[in-house]
Amino acid sequence: MKAFSTLIDRLIYTRSRNEKRDLIAAYLRTAPDPDRGWALAAMTGALDFPAVKSAAIRKIIGERVDPVLFALSRDYVGDTAETVSLLWPTPDAAERVGSEPTLSETVTALAGMTRASVLRELPLLLDRLDANGRFALLKFATGAMRIGVSARMAKLAFAHAFDVSSDDVEEMWHALQPPYAELFAWAAGGEEKPDASALPVFRPFMLAVPLEEREIDLSQFAAEWKWDGIRVQLVHMGGETRLYSRGGDDITGAFPDVAADFSLPAVLDGELLVRGAHQGGEEGGAASFNALQQRLGRKQVSAAMLAEYPAFVRLYDILVDGAEDVRALPWTQRRARLEALMPRLPASRFDISALIEAADFSALATLRDNARDAAIEGLMLKLRDSPYVPGRRVGLWYKWKRDPLTADCVLMYAQRGSGKRSSFYSDYTFGCWTAPPEEGGEIVPVGKAYSGFTDEELKWLDSFVRKHTVQRFGPVREVEKTLVVEVAFDSIHDSKRHKSGLAMRFPRIARIRKDKPAAEADLVETLRRQIV
Amino acid sequence: MAGTSWITSTPTGIHLPGPDVWVDPSQPAARSLITHGHADHARGGHGQVITTAETAAIMALRYGEAPDTQHAELRQEIPLGDGVSATFFPAGHVLGSAQILLQRAGERIVVTGDYKRRPDPTCLPFEPVPCDVLITEATFGLPVFTHPPILGEMARLLEARATHPNRCVLVGAYALGKAQRVIAELRRAGYNQPIYLHGALARMCALYEELGVSLGPLKLVEGHSREDLAGQIILSPPSALNDRWSRRLPDPITAMASGWMRVRQRAVQRNVELPLIISDHADWTELTNTIQELRPGEVWVTHGREEALVHWCRTRQIRARALDLAGYDDEDD
Ligand SMILES: [Zn+2]
Repeated sequence: MKAFSTLIDRLIYTRSRNEKRDLIAAYLRTAPDPDRGWALAAMTGALDFPAVKSAAIRKIIGERVDPVLFALSRDYVGDTAETVSLLWPTPDAAERVGSEPTLSETVTALAGMTRASVLRELPLLLDRLDANGRFALLKFATGAMRIGVSARMAKLAFAHAFDVSSDDVEEMWHALQPPYAELFAWAAGGEEKPDASALPVFRPFMLAVPLEEREIDLSQFAAEWKWDGIRVQLVHMGGETRLYSRGGDDITGAFPDVAADFSLPAVLDGELLVRGAHQGGEEGGAASFNALQQRLGRKQVSAAMLAEYPAFVRLYDILVDGAEDVRALPWTQRRARLEALMPRLPASRFDISALIEAADFSALATLRDNARDAAIEGLMLKLRDSPYVPGRRVGLWYKWKRDPLTADCVLMYAQRGSGKRSSFYSDYTFGCWTAPPEEGGEIVPVGKAYSGFTDEELKWLDSFVRKHTVQRFGPVREVEKTLVVEVAFDSIHDSKRHKSGLAMRFPRIARIRKDKPAAEADLVETLRRQIV
Repeated sequence: MAGTSWITSTPTGIHLPGPDVWVDPSQPAARSLITHGHADHARGGHGQVITTAETAAIMALRYGEAPDTQHAELRQEIPLGDGVSATFFPAGHVLGSAQILLQRAGERIVVTGDYKRRPDPTCLPFEPVPCDVLITEATFGLPVFTHPPILGEMARLLEARATHPNRCVLVGAYALGKAQRVIAELRRAGYNQPIYLHGALARMCALYEELGVSLGPLKLVEGHSREDLAGQIILSPPSALNDRWSRRLPDPITAMASGWMRVRQRAVQRNVELPLIISDHADWTELTNTIQELRPGEVWVTHGREEALVHWCRTRQIRARALDLAGYDDEDD
């Protein structure tokens, strides 16, 4: 347990992603089996111990520490697990039963606890650990690691540790259960690769790279719209249906309507959209992303939700057709397979992303610029010969986003960044006028951005903030409302988050307009008219 | 006992109305007793100041020579008038720090100021002083605060330096006391290389040396290249850790020497990568052990997390109350 709790402690304080990855990789190389498998499960949030909940932990500490002192400490520390780990009375050596447990002993003990036995057994376990060990245990036992390590990073660290392909790891991952014995046997032990082909698991998505300032030959590339929903993978295998998000999260529960209508043995790639005229989407067509957000992040969906925001999938590609993995086939052949499949899918729930015909590249550019459908983000360009491969590969798929919208806004507040940017004021809140200033308008926030600028511009902005601070609120500085910045954004929507009632998608600082007086910045009303 | 009409506490500080003397007042006062040189206890602009010679020297460095300073010899009773006297005893907090025993008609009140019970090579150790009323600090007055032995923290600091030869370790440490203690402890751990300083720490380190605390070879960061500073230990005030100043350093590992580093979130909020739990204040165990050792009739808690310590006293049948003193600042201790 010591090696694992030391790793967790270091990860919490380490800022650099590469250093985090190296720390995890070093641990995975040296820790014994099955400890390292459990560690991987703990870091990726794959462990669940139904009997070990916050309520039980609070009850246990309440029997050992004065409740007033616990409450005051908890208020100060802000985290129950950490408070308990610090307050836990270390027993005298004579009273201790057993030495420090290994991580797998700990996991086995936690898994064996019931709601009744946890009150007796958890304290015995905590007695055998130091403060760091108690913290790590309580964190993963309650399923809230929050150590700045995503599941993706843990998998990359695994691939890095054993010098294997991260695509292979990603694909097998979803077919295996903690402590991933087969994964370690393969990567670290040189045994055969586990086979996930017949299981309803997630297969990593193929992604597109941005098309920057180049033309492509339309005889080699097919074009289709890039829809502004969420990428989804539909899997039906072995009688089970699953929907996976881009990160491999199982989102079947949020879209039972879609899952119920998909029962062909296949794996498909598409864009999940909501049908309707919300926010200006065409009647019966795709609504904007804002409408889809109403359905996201819900574990349970009410009947009213299903009726008001009916979901459907616009299909892009096919990965598995019946029992056949077709990912190695060229895109044209996969497209033909997908088209052949369409008549067998209910049309109310599935359609195919239409191909766009254009005489040449400049005609395509015109089509792109004129697209004003709220659900269109831009164009996708796919090499006709390309296989379906995980991740982003230059030369195969390109995304060509619509030119962003822009607005001239006034800098209002700035906050320090994190990591390498922690000495810079790099997070900016900007606003627009409620009415022309000469008519008594005021500036209200319309958004926040922390990207888009060059290193030189960041230095300049940082020094502007420091020289023009009028007030400080903790880490935030309010600045004189004199600097105009041109903000680029993909779209704009109604929102209750800002006082202006607006929220931008992907806002970034496009230019610093030193030339423009603040009085000439845009009105909130002007931005509001760009809601589509 | 504890009618103690001869002592009052106001938001400005502890006041002795008879002789009209204040202890660590937060506003300029005609006559003041000063426990130690930290800015929240020793302010400028007072009339007469009674304090130890070391604290007087620290105050002179900060505010210039005071017009009327009386040096308090340790353990020697100083009559203040109206039957009240003051006696200074070491508090173990920083160089020159003292507790003040106030006596009148056989009644004994001890003001601890800031104190700690751990050994510190840069100052005299705390001396327990029996009393009827103990006026104690409570900066770390929560049971989550237990400071680990300093040797372990020094080992982590030296390990970070050794494993990253191309980076530097930048330690945020309060300019008075903490910085010198970290340096002295590094020396005790056998580290004899030059230690680099932010300019704001230089004068206080020089004063410590002048007052007989040797700190070994020290250099200023100013004028040294990134290459010079790779693999070095650098000390700066906590405020400079994430400031523009630190951009000149070779990819610093940000460390901070503070009792607050015990709580992860506090360290993470400040972008600290190497939290060093080193404090010049008593931790919860020291605070409660000191009360149990002295067994005063009553405990008054001045600043910090008073509520928990008052509660703890009451559960042990010790009369206790919190004093509302304004202006004490615990941020970087
Ligand atoms: Zn102090």
